[in-house]
Amino acid sequence: MSEQAKTGDTTVPRSRGGSNALKSYLGAYGFMAPAGILVIVFFLIPVAIVLYLSLTNLASSNFTSNLAIMEFIGLKNYQTLLNDQFARKIFFNTIFYVLVTLSIFNVSLALLVSLLTTHIDRSAGFVFRALWILPRITSPVVYILIWKRMIAEAPFGIINQFNEALGQPTYNYISTNPWVFVVVVNGFIGVSFGMIIFTSAIESIPRDLLNASLVDGSSKLQRIRYVIMPLIRWPLLFVVTYQTLSLLTSFVEIQLLTDGGPGLYRTEVWSLTAYHRALSNYFGNAQWGYGSAFAVLLVMIGVVLAVIYMRVFRFDELIAEPRVEAL
Amino acid sequence: MKVTIDNLSKKFGEVVGVENLTLHIEDGEFVAFLGPSGCGKTTTLLTLAGIYKPTDGVIRFGERVVNTVQPKDRNIGMVFQSYALYPHMTVFQNIAYPLKLKKVSKADQHDRVRQVANVMGIGELLDRRPGQLSGGQQQRVALGRALVKEPDVLLFDEPLSNLDARLRLTMRGEIKHLQKDLGITSIYVTHDQVEAMTMADRIAVMSGGHLQAFDSPDELYDRPKTQFVAGFVGNPPMNFVDVSVQASNGRFFAETESLRLEVQKERGAPPASHGGPVVMGIRPEDIQIASDPNNGTVSGEIFVVEPLGREDLIDVRIGRHSFLLLADTEDRHQAGERVSLAFDMEQAQFFDPETEKSLLWQ
Repeated sequence: MSEQAKTGDTTVPRSRGGSNALKSYLGAYGFMAPAGILVIVFFLIPVAIVLYLSLTNLASSNFTSNLAIMEFIGLKNYQTLLNDQFARKIFFNTIFYVLVTLSIFNVSLALLVSLLTTHIDRSAGFVFRALWILPRITSPVVYILIWKRMIAEAPFGIINQFNEALGQPTYNYISTNPWVFVVVVNGFIGVSFGMIIFTSAIESIPRDLLNASLVDGSSKLQRIRYVIMPLIRWPLLFVVTYQTLSLLTSFVEIQLLTDGGPGLYRTEVWSLTAYHRALSNYFGNAQWGYGSAFAVLLVMIGVVLAVIYMRVFRFDELIAEPRVEAL
Repeated sequence: MKVTIDNLSKKFGEVVGVENLTLHIEDGEFVAFLGPSGCGKTTTLLTLAGIYKPTDGVIRFGERVVNTVQPKDRNIGMVFQSYALYPHMTVFQNIAYPLKLKKVSKADQHDRVRQVANVMGIGELLDRRPGQLSGGQQQRVALGRALVKEPDVLLFDEPLSNLDARLRLTMRGEIKHLQKDLGITSIYVTHDQVEAMTMADRIAVMSGGHLQAFDSPDELYDRPKTQFVAGFVGNPPMNFVDVSVQASNGRFFAETESLRLEVQKERGAPPASHGGPVVMGIRPEDIQIASDPNNGTVSGEIFVVEPLGREDLIDVRIGRHSFLLLADTEDRHQAGERVSLAFDMEQAQFFDPETEKSLLWQ
């Protein structure tokens, strides 16, 4: 407004300009409202409730219809958590699980599948990608049952049947190699997300650009290295970020496959612990307050990681300024 | 490098891209592929580039059959309509890319890129990215990238279509000059007949996946072998009328119910002996508005006048026929005005209405 006053533009009266500015703000917030309301209702409010719960001793052992019995105990839950002899193991389990699954499956294999299926006949590529989506669209319970049947002990498991037929010893895979199967089972689901994002990114590179690279003298492999990879940098970083966060919070498959076992917390991850403590305690005592403390820490780790990723990968530089100046 | 195309066909499943194309392109020649959208000209170009494999036929670069040779081993340069510059690379990196793939040393890369950039007049833009350049500058970079590896064959895929009219005119001249200077065999795909006429040594006119004609621009203009070529080459387009040509006492007349025009013997005899209705073609520049009506002129009414600046494009109706012609703007013709037209019948063309082939030139 002052700009206008300075340049001596008298054709637009001050009051009009003011109400226009207000209108454009309202327009902008109006458009943001649907997403904003969803974030508030399904993220911010639950986080606030869980944060509050984590500061109480609410548990099924002291739960009555009178919620007033719930005691505010400050940071005691967090203190207990830090002194928990298994928390450290579970923390490193989680890092191991996320890093290995992410790097081998959710990113590398996803990239490999998209590159391969976009370099073969279109319809064949489609078929292979459709196969890779099956683990994701199959209900987790059914999917895990299939795996369990495959790796079950002799004489039930399919793999062990082959072992027997070939005269090899049989194994109880869940107790010998629990991590291999936790990672593979989750990885097979994880591939499809990156695969879809990468494939659409590769397909949306203009054909002329890809042809130009071949004419300029590159082989198909050189074209991937010098043209395709740099042009799908954004989707690549997005998948790394998004999949880190989603692996961090996923536990259904692990719960169904090993339930954190075998033995004490061998494949237990942080989010599964939160669930176990708060909702499915072995001893029958659901420690809602204590479980919430685990959940709050997970949210904090997630937020911190997201901020670090956005800084390191410079997401803001990858996004163009909007062409629309005002509404 | 000589480029020889023999009986080339390219099919995509049931869809025919190009069929039975035979073209022999001389070393250093500038050939334009001209035709409307979907005529198969780009398909042919991409087959020459090695992006598509021929379904049938043989392509030779010099004596070498290149049917299954990878694009990278053909030593070709290509310029695209969309420029196809790598957005993540600077101008320097874009031009140096073919050299880098050839494992040319860094110092040589530097020298050759500088040299090409100076020829193209983009020497000061080397550190920019394509997104920071205008369309014309991008096209120069694309041309530089195609030239830097000293290709045997240059391929152009409608390189000027995305430029504004004025820039197109300058680039047209520059490309032609550069091509003659370097003597690189060039194939230029365009749907713009002015581009083809002004730049090419010879033009291959294509339609529906088939070659219609392959001749010099003058030949195509003066002696079109098919009605398609006659109508496609030349702007404004040739006028076509259904007539019958009659012989009487050694003189020949092209007639309709509202027209009777005398034709010279050399042009009149073939359509007359063909018998029955034929298609007469006459270019707008071969029809004049006569100042004094006489028995050789035909009278008609001006339907619409379109000022083109240098001249007026006038649509004159004679009976149910409509003729486009050009007139001096000074004459200030108005719609509705009655005028007499003089036809220069020495330039008239005649075509068989069934086969659309010329009755004059084979």
